[in-house]
Amino acid sequence: MSTAAVTDKRPSSLRGASLPKWSPWAIAAGSVVVAVAIGLIGGLSSKIQWGLIAAILFVLGTYGIAARVEGRRQAKDRVATSLVWVAFLLAVIPLVSLVWTTVSRGVKVLDVYFLTHSMGVVADSEPGGGIYHAIIGSLEQVGLATVIGAPVGILTAIYLVEYGRGKLAKSVTFFVDVMTGIPSIVAGLFILSLMLIFEMQPFGFAGSLALAILMMPVVVRSTEEMLKLVPNELREASLALGVPKWRTILKVVLPTSIGGITTGVMLAIARIAGETAPVLLLVFGNPFINNNPFEGAQASLPLYIYQQYAQSAGANAAYDRAWAASLTLIAFVMILNLVARGIARWKAPKTGR
Amino acid sequence: MAKRIDVSGLTAYYGSHKAIEDISMTVEPRSVTAFIGPSGCGKSTFLRTLNRMHEVTPGGRVEGKVLLDDEDLYGAGIDPVSVRREVGMVFQRPNPFPTMSIFDNVAAGLRLNGKYRKSELNDVVEKSLKGANLWNEVKDRLNKPGSGLSGGQQQRLCIARAIAVEPKVLLMDEPCSALDPISTLAIEDLIGELKERFTIVIVTHNMQQAARVSDRTAFFNLAAVGQPGRLIEIDDTERIFSNPSVQATEDYISGRFG
Repeated sequence: MSTAAVTDKRPSSLRGASLPKWSPWAIAAGSVVVAVAIGLIGGLSSKIQWGLIAAILFVLGTYGIAARVEGRRQAKDRVATSLVWVAFLLAVIPLVSLVWTTVSRGVKVLDVYFLTHSMGVVADSEPGGGIYHAIIGSLEQVGLATVIGAPVGILTAIYLVEYGRGKLAKSVTFFVDVMTGIPSIVAGLFILSLMLIFEMQPFGFAGSLALAILMMPVVVRSTEEMLKLVPNELREASLALGVPKWRTILKVVLPTSIGGITTGVMLAIARIAGETAPVLLLVFGNPFINNNPFEGAQASLPLYIYQQYAQSAGANAAYDRAWAASLTLIAFVMILNLVARGIARWKAPKTGR
Repeated sequence: MAKRIDVSGLTAYYGSHKAIEDISMTVEPRSVTAFIGPSGCGKSTFLRTLNRMHEVTPGGRVEGKVLLDDEDLYGAGIDPVSVRREVGMVFQRPNPFPTMSIFDNVAAGLRLNGKYRKSELNDVVEKSLKGANLWNEVKDRLNKPGSGLSGGQQQRLCIARAIAVEPKVLLMDEPCSALDPISTLAIEDLIGELKERFTIVIVTHNMQQAARVSDRTAFFNLAAVGQPGRLIEIDDTERIFSNPSVQATEDYISGRFG
């Protein structure tokens, strides 16, 4: 009988037994069921523990079953795949949970009134009011920081990639690396010390300066990488046409990499838009609308969120406003990212016929 | 319009590494001169010294003289940018500018030097594309990206781009090595036409190609790996391929190399 089976199957060294396509899902479902059972029987209260047990069971179960049916090499392959999936889920769950919490709590008071009014005549513990002043503050501070930080960062990167040789370039690279690691509060303290020397009161532009310091190294790094991706052949082709170097950079190198550079700048903007510490030190916060970033305290979205949470003495209205402002901030950053992607796609070198 | 090149005692370095040593030769105007020789013998390096592209490589420097109709390209006060406007170059791999259309690619040299009007540009682009035998294939899609063309078309686009700035000399660094035989034939025919107007220097690994397109051939060789490359001999192509005066040349050409 065994010989019959063998002749039937035509033994081939290229074809081995394999698990059906749905087996990962079955193993996943099985491990979740077992994990829930273990959790209930063992009296584990935390759902996180259940999830981790399920993840471990999934990886071990995949290996055990695959090793038995398919052999050790395929089992290792499947374990690697399942580890990647588990890691992916572990990364995505907090993200989804964060977005879900923010949206579900934020939509309560988020409306046109909220976006177009300030907290000028509303006490922090009472309902009403809005974030118009904080939006204005954020836009102005981040905008000014970008106007300073992006050109300086892009030009530094151009220097490093196109001109930089020897010690100066190396030390610039080193200091950019150091700047990348500066905590935001230190950048804030640096500007604050200058403000104290000149005996100035908090104002929006001081915050912009600190944000620009934080933004610059991010822009330098990303722009540098993008410029390095431009093939040297294009530079040589342009130089060989008798085009001066600066014009080659301006007309050939930058247009080729503009999509990536824009993405980098947008991500840097997204990073500084959420900074609270330097704004707290330098811009101070202000419940009234102040359109002038060069004089007087201003508000900003992250600062507003912090102050609503910290100064409202547990009032629900303030918590709701903090969540709504968080949602606005996330939406702002997400819109920036979408714009960056749009520009990157629009400006990408064309390949079509 | 075409100019003569006179090289004397030229030595080129990459940092402390000597790539080519003591090369002297004359390249006649309105002719095709081919450089042949094994890989790494410094043909391309020598070619790049002829329009000062060698110094674009970090650490690249040159000793000796290159006279372009009696003017030393490495003389004091000579601007490498103006040298490259006189001596154009076509590279091994086709490299059209990816952000530009076919029209803009050809116009790039003029436009990037910033001194042409729209109507003039149209004429120059048409003339250059016709000169590169590409006009009929692309005239209906001048606004499409240059990277959408086939490899052979892209290389002819690069030639059109190079001749659009009206150089006196055209250097070609293995222009056909990435192309199929039909595209190669198209470019060889083109070289035959272009030599009426330009001085052409071409580096090639293909000896049949050197025999087909060139009037004079220079053979480069190096004594050993790590040694600088040298010019072994330069003579009329017919003589090099039938009765070379140096044994090494005959060995290389007949395949008894090494």
